[in-house]
Amino acid sequence: MELEETIQPSKLGDKPVESKPIELVIEPRRALKLNFRELWSYRELFYFFAWRDIKVRYKQTAFGAAWAIFQPFVTMVVFTVFFNKVAGIKSGVIPYAVFSYTGLLFWNFFSNALLGCSNSMVTMQSVITKIYFPRVIAPFSATIVNMVDFGFAFLVYAGLLIYYRITPGILGVLLFLPMLFLAFIAATGLGLFFAAVNVRYRDVRFITPFLISTFLFLTPVIYPVSMVPARFRWILYLNPMTGVIQTVRNSTLGEGAIQWGMLSISVASAVCALIIGLVYFRRQERSFADYI
Amino acid sequence: MKPIIEAAGLSKSYIISHQPKADYGSLRDDITNLLRRPFQPHITQGSSRETLWALKDVSFEVQQGGIFGVIGGNGAGKSTLLKILSRITGPTEGRAVLRGRVGSLLEVGTGFHPELTGRENIFLNGAILGMRKQEIEKRFDEIVAFSEIDRFLDTPVKFYSSGMYVRLAFAVAAHLEPDVLIVDEVLSVGDARFQKKSLGKMGDAATSGATVLLVSHNMASIESLCTRAMLLERGRLVKMGETTEVIKEYLSIASTIASQNLADRTDRQGSGRLRFTGVSLRSKEEGQYSDMVQCGRDLEFVASFTSTGNLKQVNPGMVIYAPTGQCLIVMDCEMSGVSLDTVPKSGHFSCRLDRLPLAPGQYYLNLFCTASGEIVDWVQNAVTFDVEAGDFFGTGKLPSLSHGGLLVPQAWSCGPDERDGLTPGGVSRNEA
Repeated sequence: MELEETIQPSKLGDKPVESKPIELVIEPRRALKLNFRELWSYRELFYFFAWRDIKVRYKQTAFGAAWAIFQPFVTMVVFTVFFNKVAGIKSGVIPYAVFSYTGLLFWNFFSNALLGCSNSMVTMQSVITKIYFPRVIAPFSATIVNMVDFGFAFLVYAGLLIYYRITPGILGVLLFLPMLFLAFIAATGLGLFFAAVNVRYRDVRFITPFLISTFLFLTPVIYPVSMVPARFRWILYLNPMTGVIQTVRNSTLGEGAIQWGMLSISVASAVCALIIGLVYFRRQERSFADYI
Repeated sequence: MKPIIEAAGLSKSYIISHQPKADYGSLRDDITNLLRRPFQPHITQGSSRETLWALKDVSFEVQQGGIFGVIGGNGAGKSTLLKILSRITGPTEGRAVLRGRVGSLLEVGTGFHPELTGRENIFLNGAILGMRKQEIEKRFDEIVAFSEIDRFLDTPVKFYSSGMYVRLAFAVAAHLEPDVLIVDEVLSVGDARFQKKSLGKMGDAATSGATVLLVSHNMASIESLCTRAMLLERGRLVKMGETTEVIKEYLSIASTIASQNLADRTDRQGSGRLRFTGVSLRSKEEGQYSDMVQCGRDLEFVASFTSTGNLKQVNPGMVIYAPTGQCLIVMDCEMSGVSLDTVPKSGHFSCRLDRLPLAPGQYYLNLFCTASGEIVDWVQNAVTFDVEAGDFFGTGKLPSLSHGGLLVPQAWSCGPDERDGLTPGGVSRNEA
């Protein structure tokens, strides 16, 4: 639905026109473009949704935010014991613990953001059927809480770097946040699509966890990309998370040079996902309240 | 001056499916249907899906200021209209222009989070309703004072009583100051004193230049608050004008609204030797029929039917269910002592409940009929009806929506233990 704000100019010499400056037009037109001015005017609601999720996240838990640190850390230990020590997967020059934790750090952000995004419409069901707001802000704000978790998990990452005396390269420092942003684009792109599908088909509730657990193995979290034959690697990079994780490993941990060509495949596929997700979401958006 | 709300040809259609369990589509069903369709081309032809116009070609204008009422029976399209005007759902056709900041209250406490405190929920709910953080901060003390919950401001709302919850929610809503306020039935919450306070607040808003669009089932509040109103029936605008005129029109057509045509229903069971063709509800007050189903009034259920004419030992029944699926009242012809040896080829069964003992809320009715012990027709969810609050106990106090369940005459008393030998402190009696 389109919100149009037309500011009526006041006549010269006259006192300001009496009529209201805001005019809201409701029409069946289905505009796909985002109304950025409207989104901007709803920035506070975006903030409040994110704030609510963060507030509620660790309510009634004994350990609170410690969970955000504990979970990836324990997974890293388990991975190191089983995949590195038992199964013998080698991570090259960098210690396997740092290697897998780098993967987990970003993977956990991606998977949790994707889940949160996919469920955002259904969890907000009661609000969506009762009040208007640009629906698109809900899936995006749902990922903010995962960024906070990422922040906590990052502390462990920093600790690991210090423990193993790894000095991140300058590119590593510069690329770290852009890579988080790339993961965010990939997660919200897919998440927007699933969120819209979820409104009509609750099958999504079963598909997303399954997809996430499957894709963990298609993403080089546990194993290095070098284990895959060179001519097939580009397929791996179609998964944006491969680009994210591999680039961080290359740049921060100094494991080989950054594969710019491969990274651009990941960027392109993430951007495609975001565009498809947004377009599909915008197309379905107007009937959300009817079907949810 | 331009009207503040201008609607032209607003229409909204829904594709409805007659399958009883079609609440959520499942991907599997859609995929199998898609696969089946090439082989069974006529399966979708009108059999289970049809287009329902919830709103059809509604055009109107509302001038600035005052409270404008929207009335109509169940399914008249009131809620659809409000949802379109508050942009929750889009119209299928038509156009509307709203001039000014729009606030909508289709429910109080939208987005309240049980884990958050009262203070936090004021901010969250305010933001959801469209208030700026600054505005909320500025009115925060007013909101708290209005809600009368200041002692529990930092308690999570999940520990609130339902009354406190509603008061807080309404307090936030009442401090919303848009140019156009769209309100749906929210006045039916809270205790009587608080309702009055909220109504007063809304009247204030209307006199200070805001325009309020109010949907209500409560004719009394529509009549006292609104100067102008419109009547919707089956998705169409029937009348618009002076409130008293519109209400009069509503009451005159009301008795036809609560009826439901059942002839086309395919989701029925039984041999079909008798078929229910329609069901209607009539409530009688001082000899006049109206569709207001109110607790404490006599309510008559009338089910029309056609039959083969040669049925024996016919026993019709009607069962009232709560929305939760719980069976509440069974009306069974034979059980009540009336045996029907034969029925005509077409006719109607009628059953009257004296002083309807249902608490305010929504209920639905199943119809069934047996002949010689065999089920001849069985229609589930034949009609859904709303029961309005009424003076069941004859005390002037209305049972509230949140209580639910059944109302029964009751006698209360309070007294000291016998050895105290004091006179009873208070006795209340209600045995009508």
